[in-house]
Amino acid sequence: MVDATAPLLDVKGLNVSFRTPSGVVQAVRDVSFSLGRERLGIVGESGSGKSTTGRAILRLIPPPGVVSAERIALSGLELQSLSEREMRTIRGDRISMVMQDPKYSLNPVMRVGEQIAEAYRLHSRAGRREARDKALEMLSAVRIRDPQRVYRAFPHELSGGMGQRVMIAMMLIPSPDLLIADEPTSALDVTVRMQILAIIDDMVRERGMGLVFISHDLNLVASFCDRVLIMYAGRVVEECRASELAAARHPYTRGLFSCLPRIEAGKKTLPTLERDPAWLA
Amino acid sequence: MIEVSNLDVRFGHARSAVHAVRGVSFTVPRGATFGLVGESGSGKSTVLRAIAGLNPDWTGDVRVGGEAQGRSRSRAFYKRVQMVFQDPYGSLHPRHTVDRALGEPLRIHGIGDIERRVIAALEAVGLGRAFRFRYPHQLSGGQRQRVAIARAMILEPEVLLLDEPTSALDVSVQAEVLNLLAGLRSEHALTFVLVSHDLAVVSHMCDRLAVMNHGRVVEELTVDALRTGQATQPYTRQLIAASEGYDRETARGLVDYV
Repeated sequence: MVDATAPLLDVKGLNVSFRTPSGVVQAVRDVSFSLGRERLGIVGESGSGKSTTGRAILRLIPPPGVVSAERIALSGLELQSLSEREMRTIRGDRISMVMQDPKYSLNPVMRVGEQIAEAYRLHSRAGRREARDKALEMLSAVRIRDPQRVYRAFPHELSGGMGQRVMIAMMLIPSPDLLIADEPTSALDVTVRMQILAIIDDMVRERGMGLVFISHDLNLVASFCDRVLIMYAGRVVEECRASELAAARHPYTRGLFSCLPRIEAGKKTLPTLERDPAWLA
Repeated sequence: MIEVSNLDVRFGHARSAVHAVRGVSFTVPRGATFGLVGESGSGKSTVLRAIAGLNPDWTGDVRVGGEAQGRSRSRAFYKRVQMVFQDPYGSLHPRHTVDRALGEPLRIHGIGDIERRVIAALEAVGLGRAFRFRYPHQLSGGQRQRVAIARAMILEPEVLLLDEPTSALDVSVQAEVLNLLAGLRSEHALTFVLVSHDLAVVSHMCDRLAVMNHGRVVEELTVDALRTGQATQPYTRQLIAASEGYDRETARGLVDYV
């Protein structure tokens, strides 16, 4: 059942909790948002539930985590009603995810080109040669200068920036409708970060892909995304247009912004964030 | 306070040798804060480790407080110069309590009155005596970094070498740690050398900075010059532009500087 008028992704009343020996930890509390073919940023500090939200959409929360939601729908298709087998056809094919560190996401004993080709073959039933050509094409699309050499390389032979390009190539090769990028550039140098973002930016513009961009970096999200959710202690405390993030109203968002050092500012003592228990109410 | 001239660091041998630092020179006056900025692999941390004596294979001239430093450092050197590392999870022994971590430098240097000094050091970094008998896993990242700062400060050094002290921390915690460091600096007239990839952090903390790329200092300038857009080298200008957030045009115009 695909509804053309439905938003690409519609999440309503998402809750994730973890049962631990010291009690139940509520990691995500009643989160709702919807996404079209746009770039949505989710910003928050560590422990705010932003990554858990991204994983819950793909049903990647292992026990003892418990996920419940009124709705997690992809173009009108309720993902919670799918079997694990059906869910595997959604992952990669319709929704892809890029994680922070390529070192832990790539198979260390398989050539990276073969890993990309494998991703393509799993989703398209293409032959080996076609998959290989497609993988090489994808490596050039993510601006790798010598795709033949990188195709034959093992993950440890690549720098962080190259590894992340390989990850993005692998995630984009099945042409997903939605990409969930969890801190995809946080481990990278600023110039490499810009190049990776430009690649993702092109994919959103050219393929009409939707993007959920999870990050702790307010300035980056403000400059890269269309719309932003700000999460605090598992809740969305504010939602606004990325261009208006600097004029945000919630005291948490304003506090986060003001405690950032800036090149153009003086050496005054930085304001620190006073957490108000009322934000949790 | 610190004079570095023609510092060269090589790793490995013969053909596989990596020339990590090439002819780096700078001077840091007493009470000043000097920043070393660069991308990964630029050699900025290696310079810091050479000053700290953690990296014996260097050539050139390193003077601290007017004294030329050799390959190995005396105990007296570490009384004057201490270091804070990037990773608050890796730099504290997981099975030693905070009390033991802070007491160890005092015991090594034969300084008495340990209990009073440990409590004073914890209070100076805003933790208080309640943290004395905790283990690192019972602390948050920001609290661990405060313990690491307390450990560096407990010998009452004159120089702190800071290697990315806040890059593993959330921005709200980063602000607290930067404020703590600035407070300690003015209280104890400390000299800092701060290594960071974050131009905003460096310009907040420093008076002067050197921008490094591929082991060389590309440009040395004052923070005021950085702030008013007077950086002259194309590499520095590109680094500043890339630090200001995403921009499609800037991303397309990026160049590799070798």
